[in-house]
Amino acid sequence: MSAETRRPEDRGPSGARRPGPSEALIRTGLPSAEDLERVRPSAERLTHGAVAVLECFQRIPCDPCASSCHHGAIAAFADINDLPSMDAERCNGCGLCVARCPGLAIFIVDEHHAPGEALIKLAYEFLPLPARDQVVTALDRAGREVGQARVVRVQRPKEKTDTPVVWITVPKDLAWTVRHIKVEVSHGA
Amino acid sequence: MKSVEIAVVGAGPAGLSATLAAAGQGASVALIERDEHLGGQLVKQTHKFFGSARQEAGTRGVVIARRLGQAVREQAGIDLRLATTVLGYYSDKVLYLEEPDRLAKLQAERAIFATGASERMLIFGNNDRPGVYGAGAVQTLMNVHGVMPGRRVLMIGAGNIGLIVSYQLLQAGVQVAAIVEAAPRIGGYLVHAAKVRRAGVPILTGHTVKEAVGEEAVEAAVIWRLDEQWRPVPGTEERVDCDVICLATGLSPLGELMWQAGCRMAYVPELGGHVPWHDDDLRTSHEDIYVAGDASGVEEASAAMVEGRIAGLAAARSLGHDRDVEEKLGEARRELAALRAGPTGEKIRRGLESLRQGGDGR
Amino acid sequence: MRITDHPILDFKPGRLVRFTFEGREIEGYEGEPIAAALHAAGIRVLRRSPRLHRPRGFFCAIGNCSSCLMVVDGVPNVRVCVERLREGMRVERQEGHGELK
Ligand SMILES: Cc1cc2nc3c(=O)[nH]c(=O)nc-3n(C[C@H](O)[C@H](O)[C@H](O)COP(=O)(O)OP(=O)(O)OC[C@H]3O[C@@H](n4cnc5c(N)ncnc54)[C@H](O)[C@@H]3O)c2cc1C
Ligand code: SF4
Ligand code: SF4
Repeated sequence: MSAETRRPEDRGPSGARRPGPSEALIRTGLPSAEDLERVRPSAERLTHGAVAVLECFQRIPCDPCASSCHHGAIAAFADINDLPSMDAERCNGCGLCVARCPGLAIFIVDEHHAPGEALIKLAYEFLPLPARDQVVTALDRAGREVGQARVVRVQRPKEKTDTPVVWITVPKDLAWTVRHIKVEVSHGA
Repeated sequence: MKSVEIAVVGAGPAGLSATLAAAGQGASVALIERDEHLGGQLVKQTHKFFGSARQEAGTRGVVIARRLGQAVREQAGIDLRLATTVLGYYSDKVLYLEEPDRLAKLQAERAIFATGASERMLIFGNNDRPGVYGAGAVQTLMNVHGVMPGRRVLMIGAGNIGLIVSYQLLQAGVQVAAIVEAAPRIGGYLVHAAKVRRAGVPILTGHTVKEAVGEEAVEAAVIWRLDEQWRPVPGTEERVDCDVICLATGLSPLGELMWQAGCRMAYVPELGGHVPWHDDDLRTSHEDIYVAGDASGVEEASAAMVEGRIAGLAAARSLGHDRDVEEKLGEARRELAALRAGPTGEKIRRGLESLRQGGDGR
Repeated sequence: MRITDHPILDFKPGRLVRFTFEGREIEGYEGEPIAAALHAAGIRVLRRSPRLHRPRGFFCAIGNCSSCLMVVDGVPNVRVCVERLREGMRVERQEGHGELK
């Protein structure tokens, strides 16, 4: 099926031309620099704090991100197969969409959380959940260890079937690298 | 012999939706499922589904199974028969049933077959070793029975099933050595691929498994690279330490009952193999028989639910239960078309096209 | 190898019961498929094939493929991936086509 997934005519809801996933992404599962560039909020917007980054590059029949956002930052889908279209100006980084996206493809990034430190909110569906203030291993998109992260908050859902969201801080230069964490099994478990 | 208006065979998302739609129109329905629980494939699916709100997007398969199952139990006019296998469909519209301790017959004006699909085996050396398991088996073992299928798994197939089951293995605390895919590209959704990649699982496209290693059970696998013509490249063999080789190499529609009932079948590779010819109402060439879900062509649970609704509504309408039925059918057809409109639906669209042409029921 | 803690699912096993495998006593949960109980105890070879005596385990786990035929309480050809475990069952590996004992 993947032969059809890259089509130059792939469009976002606005009808604007937006390229499909790169060849490298389809081959390896890792987005290329160009893929990532397309979903990165403007430098201007990044100076204003937390914002959602939708790492969703392929047209699939999926749209819960749009309805999960109460700020109108993710446009309603004209065609359920559209790529999500983000208005970063309307996004306040609340993170509601992070737990709702079935692709676990949304991350909140705040480059200016603290001097030299970025905040990342990510969906984490593994056990054990980290504790607040725990230092965990920071992983990149290929699962490589790239440094350490400090857990600043763990949003546990009411229902076990919903998705926990973990807030971590990392050195600012890792804000666009870290996308997962590894939590050491501690206290004799 | 007991009789009903509509018999639905299989209680996966397609069968449950068909049952609810038909009973909602006022038809008397028997829902027959060989398992002891409702939900079909959904009961093993711990991940969140795609689609849109109408198809419960963002909800996990297990939760959808619970909701649909509850709705069926609460709806009046449904004769629920669990642990009952349909063995055959005979003239006079009679279904032969195998109940836990006896055989029985059921007469039904219309039958809807929502029997799902079965997993495909892959040919390689020692593929009969204990530890070579189908992806469905791995899911059943870990997500239904709470037993780890092994310590370290090699996954074969980077379609959605291979990607998702790999993720579920990681969630259950099982290591995934790698995902091996013969095609040069990842077939499943790239967001699923990203989830397993960032958890450290490599995806080796253009590779396949050569053989399983181990005298009594799997102790390792040998994989090798494929060239552009899909021929293995000697000298590229690599040993992968694992105790399970999990096959996620595709599904074939389960059409035996419809073969036997005399429905006209057609071979359509895009739909997974032999499927009954059917029209937009999911009616087969046999005027009393409808089909829905993976049995009509391997697709997705979201599409299976909508197909079930269409088949249930159309079967009820054919028996005179036609309250608001055109409106409901129209809505369902639009949903189905929307689901299939994108690039990932292209294969299904092509398959249905070729079914309509090659498999014409007349 | 049981899953004790799962991020999404809660398992509600039945009562712990004893049964025998090749004369050895092991434990499993009542009502789970025999194959699941055996697998949890690390037993993966369920029978030997009729002609070449190759070891076999289960494959589909839903009663379709007949890869997991065993002798249960003396009855051959039981598909243990769907047959439910009860207290005191005698489970044995099947050699070839199996014989009624
Ligand atoms: C790992 C995996 C992940 C998936 N992820 C997604 C996803 O994210 N989104 C999505 O939309 N879809 C997904 N799917 C696909 C989806 O599960 C299937 O497309 C869907 O379950 C098909 O529904 P169905 O009702 O046709 O068949 P099934 O769910 O297979 O149900 C068929 C039922 O019929 C019963 N049956 C069969 N024969 C008989 C008989 N003779 N007598 C009585 N009963 C019988 C079976 O026991 C079964 O319960 C996934 C599938 C797998 C395996
Ligand atoms: S972070 Fe909040 S405001 Fe921003 S897109 Fe997500 S839900 Fe909308
Ligand atoms: S919900 Fe997630 S996977 Fe679905 S379209 Fe939105 S960003 Fe993509």
